[in-house]
Amino acid sequence: MSAQATARHPSAQRDPSRFEPRISRRHHVGSIAMVLFLAATLVGLVFLVILLVDIWHDGAHRLTADFLRNPPSRLTSRAGIWPALVGSVWVLVLTAVVAFPLGVGTAIWLEEYAPNNRLTGIIEANIANLAGVPSIVYGILGLAVFVRALAMGRSVIAGALTLALLILPVVIIASQEAIRAVPNSMRLGSYALGATRWETIRHHVLPHAMPGILTGTILALSRAVGEAAPLLLVGAVGFVQFAPRGLQDAFTVIPIQIFNWTSRPQAEFQELAAAGSIVLLVLLLAMNAVAILLRNRYAKRR
Amino acid sequence: MTPEQRSDSAALLRGVVPPGSGYRDPDALRRRRKARERFVGAVLSGFSAISILTTVGIVLVLVIEAASFFTHVSVIDFLFGTKWMPLFRPQSFGVLPLLMGSLLVAAGAAVVALPIGLASAIYLSEYAHPRVRAVVKPALEVLAGVPTVVYGYFALTFVTPLLRQIWPETDIFNGASAAIVMGIMIIPLVSSLSEDAMSAVPRSLREGAYALGATRFEVATRTVVPAALSGIVASFILAISRAIGETMIVTIAAGATPSMSLNPLKAVQTMTAYIAQTSMGEAAHGSIEYQTIFAVGMTLFAVTLLMNVISIQVLKRYREVYE
Repeated sequence: MSAQATARHPSAQRDPSRFEPRISRRHHVGSIAMVLFLAATLVGLVFLVILLVDIWHDGAHRLTADFLRNPPSRLTSRAGIWPALVGSVWVLVLTAVVAFPLGVGTAIWLEEYAPNNRLTGIIEANIANLAGVPSIVYGILGLAVFVRALAMGRSVIAGALTLALLILPVVIIASQEAIRAVPNSMRLGSYALGATRWETIRHHVLPHAMPGILTGTILALSRAVGEAAPLLLVGAVGFVQFAPRGLQDAFTVIPIQIFNWTSRPQAEFQELAAAGSIVLLVLLLAMNAVAILLRNRYAKRR
Repeated sequence: MTPEQRSDSAALLRGVVPPGSGYRDPDALRRRRKARERFVGAVLSGFSAISILTTVGIVLVLVIEAASFFTHVSVIDFLFGTKWMPLFRPQSFGVLPLLMGSLLVAAGAAVVALPIGLASAIYLSEYAHPRVRAVVKPALEVLAGVPTVVYGYFALTFVTPLLRQIWPETDIFNGASAAIVMGIMIIPLVSSLSEDAMSAVPRSLREGAYALGATRFEVATRTVVPAALSGIVASFILAISRAIGETMIVTIAAGATPSMSLNPLKAVQTMTAYIAQTSMGEAAHGSIEYQTIFAVGMTLFAVTLLMNVISIQVLKRYREVYE
């Protein structure tokens, strides 16, 4: 009744039961909001550009062949990053050697072997939680278990094992996703021809899942290469003059070297930190490029 | 054929088939394949045990060393004390200043990352052309791949001088610059996970809202965001947990001064920065300084674990499942 009444009398505009589209105003709000959403998206990208430009601006003039070849030095003009660069490569390779088989093996077991019971559920929940544990807590674990209890000391191998445990959950989760994406018809076809479970996995599931597994592993490894916190605890500190030559040697890595330089007040050391950051970012970029190349190559062969 | 007959035929063939002809005893083959299957299964389940051992190892290490710490310091003094002075006499081991430092920086990071991350997610999911999204999303994720020492360097040498121009009383080491940079670092965590949640909202819900006359903005904020709320909230909690666990940015840029102050322009020490800074000094094995690493580490582990568990539960319990 009242709705009809208001419809007849345009003066009674304030009746709350009457729907007023006010469409132009709502569209106006919408376009303002869209600009804000776009701006928020750009904040991250602009920040990234500023970061890269700033670091390049601070450090590029320090990037010489000597910087790559020399050990760190109190004389900033002669300081270099060689032992840290070699140390990073050592840690990268050792971490990969440990984390890749363990991670892929665990993923295979969880996806292809594990019974669908509570224990498997607990293992999966545990892996999800491990992925969220702060990296420095892994450093504490490495300090207590590898450095002290297993008496490895402050060595490359202790650092690499710590980082391997750190990235293991990431490798497992990425590998699981890749394995899960393999169509079940491939497995059934293989079984139908009389292959055993392991033969099916080795000859059909793994080759199919490999691009995803490799991409995930390399991304996880690039996280390990950029990590500094856990290695501080495992003892990659200070002023290492020589590149490691064996598993038991003392070591440093590029992020630790950068940290070392940032913690000195003089501007020259800050420039060295920026130059070290460029080297680190280039290394990470190269690793990501490899990940993409590997994925494309496997994808073609399939 | 009975097994006896089979092995009879195998024995018969053994004399007839010349070696090197490629013929292999099928029984032996079958046995070998079975043994290999069992072996591989055992090895792989052994690998899976490593992840359980890691968790057990973390908990044991933290509990054992923290237990000997708590023979010197009472749990009450540790949890509720407001002074953290492990190096000066009289020593004082109240963890609250470190906890406050961690929460202050994480709150600052959340103020930066949550609105920006959510707005980016809405833009990417509801507005952006698929081709734009295909470029912008990975570009944003690069932010999460930049090493944290590089962020720390940037906070100290770029953001802090900027802050000091605006507020000259800002300390060289301060919570604000670390919080801002950390906030930027966790944007992709929020935006990616939230965008995934929003993309999973079925098209029919959006079309229903449009059919009722909603504008694009209303569809995004009143239909899609509420429908994806569990994923969004989970991403928020996960991002804050990441901020609390982050170490290098705060170690480089926030300082080493435990304090209960809420002023972000002053130096603060977080739990993670304390652990990192103490481990660099020569804290003798077995000393109380050495044990503080584990006591603070246990606190950090408990806080982040709690948040991660809550985030997973939010996802599980409040997820709206659309078919």
